[in-house]
Amino acid sequence: MKRAIKYLLVYKERLISGYTVKILGTVVELFIPWIMAKILDEVVPSVKTTKNYMPLALWGGLMVLLALAARFMNMFANRRAAWTSKEAVKTLRDDLFKKIMNLSGKQTDSFGIPSLVSRLTSDVYNIHGFFNVIQRIGVRAPLIITGGLIISATLDPVLTLTLVATLPFVFLIVFTISRKGVPLYTKVQTSVDEMVRVIREDISGIRVIKALSKEQFERGRFQGANDDTVKNELHAAGVMAASGPFISLSLNLGLVLVVIVGAYRINSGASLPGVIVAFLTYFTMILNAVITVNRIFINYSKASASADRVWAVMDSENDLKVTAEMKHSTNGHRIEFRNVSFTYGDPSEATDEKMVLKNISFTVEPDESLGIIGATGSGKTTILSLLMRYYDATKGEIYVDGRNVKEYELDELRRKFGAAFQNDVVFADTIEENISFGRDIPHRDIEKAAKAAQAYDFIMGKDGGFEHEATIKGSDLSGGQKQRLFISRALAGSPEILILDDSSSALDYKTDAEVRKAINADYAGSTMISVAQRISSVMKMDKIIVLDDGKMIGYGKHDELMENCEVYREIAATQLGSLA
Amino acid sequence: MADNKQVNVGRGKAVEHAKDPKAALRFLWRYLSRFKVLLLFALLLTIGGNTLALVGPELSGRAIDAIKGKGMVDFETVFRYAALMAVFYAVSAVLSYGLALLMRSITQKIVRQMRQDVFDKLMALPVSFFDTHMAGDIISRISYDIDVINTSLSTDVVQILASTVTIVGSFIMMVKISPILVLVMCVTIPASFMYTKKMTGITRPKFSIRSRRLGEMNGYVEETVGAQKVIQGYAGEPVYVERFGKINRTAADAYYDADYMNATIGPTVNMINNLSLCLVTIFGAFLYIIGSMTLGNVSSFVLYSRKFSGPINEAANIIGELQSALAAAERVNRILSEDNETADITDAYELKDVLGDVEVKDVQFGYVPEKLILKDFSLKAEAGKLIAVVGPTGAGKTTLINLLMRFYDPVSGEIRVDGHENKEITRESLRRSYAMVLQDTWVFGGTIFDNIAYCKKDATMDEVVAAAKAAHIHSFITHQPKGYDTVLTEDGVNISKGQKQLLTIARAMLLDARMLILDEATSNVDTRTEKQIQSAMERLMHGKTCFIIAHRLSTIEHADEIIVVDEGRIKEKGRHAELMAKRGAYYSLYAAQLE
Repeated sequence: MKRAIKYLLVYKERLISGYTVKILGTVVELFIPWIMAKILDEVVPSVKTTKNYMPLALWGGLMVLLALAARFMNMFANRRAAWTSKEAVKTLRDDLFKKIMNLSGKQTDSFGIPSLVSRLTSDVYNIHGFFNVIQRIGVRAPLIITGGLIISATLDPVLTLTLVATLPFVFLIVFTISRKGVPLYTKVQTSVDEMVRVIREDISGIRVIKALSKEQFERGRFQGANDDTVKNELHAAGVMAASGPFISLSLNLGLVLVVIVGAYRINSGASLPGVIVAFLTYFTMILNAVITVNRIFINYSKASASADRVWAVMDSENDLKVTAEMKHSTNGHRIEFRNVSFTYGDPSEATDEKMVLKNISFTVEPDESLGIIGATGSGKTTILSLLMRYYDATKGEIYVDGRNVKEYELDELRRKFGAAFQNDVVFADTIEENISFGRDIPHRDIEKAAKAAQAYDFIMGKDGGFEHEATIKGSDLSGGQKQRLFISRALAGSPEILILDDSSSALDYKTDAEVRKAINADYAGSTMISVAQRISSVMKMDKIIVLDDGKMIGYGKHDELMENCEVYREIAATQLGSLA
Repeated sequence: MADNKQVNVGRGKAVEHAKDPKAALRFLWRYLSRFKVLLLFALLLTIGGNTLALVGPELSGRAIDAIKGKGMVDFETVFRYAALMAVFYAVSAVLSYGLALLMRSITQKIVRQMRQDVFDKLMALPVSFFDTHMAGDIISRISYDIDVINTSLSTDVVQILASTVTIVGSFIMMVKISPILVLVMCVTIPASFMYTKKMTGITRPKFSIRSRRLGEMNGYVEETVGAQKVIQGYAGEPVYVERFGKINRTAADAYYDADYMNATIGPTVNMINNLSLCLVTIFGAFLYIIGSMTLGNVSSFVLYSRKFSGPINEAANIIGELQSALAAAERVNRILSEDNETADITDAYELKDVLGDVEVKDVQFGYVPEKLILKDFSLKAEAGKLIAVVGPTGAGKTTLINLLMRFYDPVSGEIRVDGHENKEITRESLRRSYAMVLQDTWVFGGTIFDNIAYCKKDATMDEVVAAAKAAHIHSFITHQPKGYDTVLTEDGVNISKGQKQLLTIARAMLLDARMLILDEATSNVDTRTEKQIQSAMERLMHGKTCFIIAHRLSTIEHADEIIVVDEGRIKEKGRHAELMAKRGAYYSLYAAQLE
């Protein structure tokens, strides 16, 4: 939480000026009843006798002035408070977003996307709420408490001490409950994550759910998540609700004590009855202020739980560190895998058998192309994930252009690639933007890429052509159109290394062949790596890797593999069928 | 800087027209009114608590009365009242704790119901809704907006209820003391109300914009965080961070905009109340001077008018929260008032003992009416026949499935199953008669077992294992740390796209339907595995009317009828051999496989 507050402290001057004005405004407002008492107690009786209305007009006028002044000061202070909170929260959210964008694959997997989304949204809202509260009522209440205590001390120090004696109890209640609140609210947020997950899932699977008429079942699933959240919210709210009444109770019992002690003091002549009466007035003021402080603490525990969740992300250390240059790493290849093994799980628990990739070694030269083929789940996509360093290899080393991938700054490494992924995404934005994807790519190149990917015609067929706004998740594009868009995106930057991860599976063979032809002609400078199910997509590659259960069981050209790789031959036979 | 903006309080600029605020209120009332009895009870507790609040000072007053001065203290009375005070405060603490718990349980019930209603609504909305609404925005309504309503209901409502009692009480006291002085209030109270009304009119749209912007930001967050890996792949983090910065800026400013205007309400109402105090004091003084009121009465009047204005000030300070809650309610209500999928017609036919005759007749369809995707589309699939639909991407193949499953209705023409028109059949029975494996697979966060058994309620482990074996996914599953109990997540890394497809095939195997749709069902499955599951697929297709969309033409060579679609029209139809002999569109598609 301290670190969240730091974001607020950036605006020190504004905070100080806001607080000062707020204090002034509060003081000014407190003067109004004081003047009122003055008018009624002193001015009016004298006016009645002297018939001189001047003092009445003067004091009355002062009251009006103070009322006007209080308005402007409070308004100013409230606006300041709103301004500093929103600026602080904006920066916080920017930083968190940046951090999330830079999380490694492993970290993203462990937090889970729904949880990251809710940390960036509802957790930050909780912090925002707290920022507002401490600025808007965080001054007034403590001011009234101290002011009230000082005035009552001047009235009767002993009685004041009696009252002060109850304060430790009050603070004990406030602290215990607000401390208890933090884990309770953490639980609430975790169950909210779960609820968000169900909604996200069902939105993305709505067609399947409807097709299978499973709406009722999904309602039940959501109900489970909803009930959990409600249960946790009730638990947290129930505990937090206890503090207010019990704080009042202990303060009020303090008041009873004051009456009794007062009785003794007056009896002994140490105090006067009028003092106790005045004391009661200030007491009520203090009581209300303490209750307000308590509200701030309730807000605090909610925000604190959220801040912990936010900083769990902020503090996750970059686990894909860039290492200093290593010896013996230079070699001439564009890409080299040297004895690479990998597991997504805990490396210490994974036996060689359980690895997703097992001892993979290969090289690719700049003017070569590489095809990867193999059974579903044999580890093809994982090779690409390691090459682009979403994950680090568990064993072995990977080199790109003679340098270990760990020596590159991540963006430097990834800028070498243009990749069409299997789980790629269409944004609700223009087609042009979906291809240029935040890179500064001239329209000419985008058009060239779209043409090569055989996407140009369908794009021009849309209203507005390249300026056509794609709908959410690209729902107005067919599977094949999406894939061609992804290929355009990969090509548009004329990458050094082009990666196509099964990105023509939804294309008909004819289009697929045209895409490959165009890439060979127009993007000859790119080293192409293509993962495919279709033998026709890889058979003309300079090198082909045949993967089976994470092992390389074939490596060579089409003709070589046809001769010496049983599995490859089988694949070829099934696919090329009668025409082979 | 926004802070230095001209303060234009009363001069509302041309403000975007506010949505019907009463609709949001009615919406909230619909929920609140379900708990009328409990709310009444809460109200009674509040009134009780507030009345007790008046007893406290009364008791202490009596105790103090017994303290007359030096040596004149009646200790017995003091102790008696002190003891009473202690008891009373304890009771009052318990009461207010009870009230707080009650209010929280009511609001939680409401919130729970509201969330469930929105979710149920999502399930009832047509597929097209999800094509036009960002997932993040929808999520933000269920989580954030409802949470705002929650906070407001559980704290603000209690506060307002409690203040009403005080306000009414002190007003009655004031009228009793001096009806003439109350006239002053006849100026200030309406002034407060009119001002508040005017200001809420100005701020309401700002709060609506604020909620909308937050929703948009959430939509963007959901989209980009979901695409984080792709963005990293293009080293696009800085660009997307910068873009988020802009959206974040818009949202933060919209947030502030509402706060900025709202910041005037509390202090201004305060000021009006303070001015009213001034007037009361001065007029009171005047009345005293001309002798029509005693000084004591003026003092008490002033005290009551302070009591009176206290809660009004507080209420003015929470108007912002109420406005946010109303804006949130409006957004939630808007989802709830979206049109559902068109209801089944009355006496809709329930498909039973389906044969599987499907006929598509002269269908025209476009997602937007001006742009037809399917034109004069007709086909006939007799029960048990295998129909393959091929053609270049974007030709309208998937659209055909959308129509068969009735995710959309055709613009004209009709689709019949066993002679009944789609529109006359209950949606549920229609959809249940199809099994479907789509290119875009879907797994949900649950165990592998649950995912396979998804559409068969009481599937046994043996059935699930048999289906998984047939789909050649069994060995992958047993290699997982917890086998069939391994929990999958939608964005899970341990499962590839091809494996997801196999899982979906296993799922379809457990579904007993007469018609089967395979839309590129094995596009990400390698051909060897595809071959290995072929016999299982044949069993799956056996006796069913099958619609297959595939690019790997080798998988459909044996189809009873192959339909070649291009640009929404049927170009050729016939058996493999016939079409090959024709050397037309089909032939050239087929030959392309070797290029």
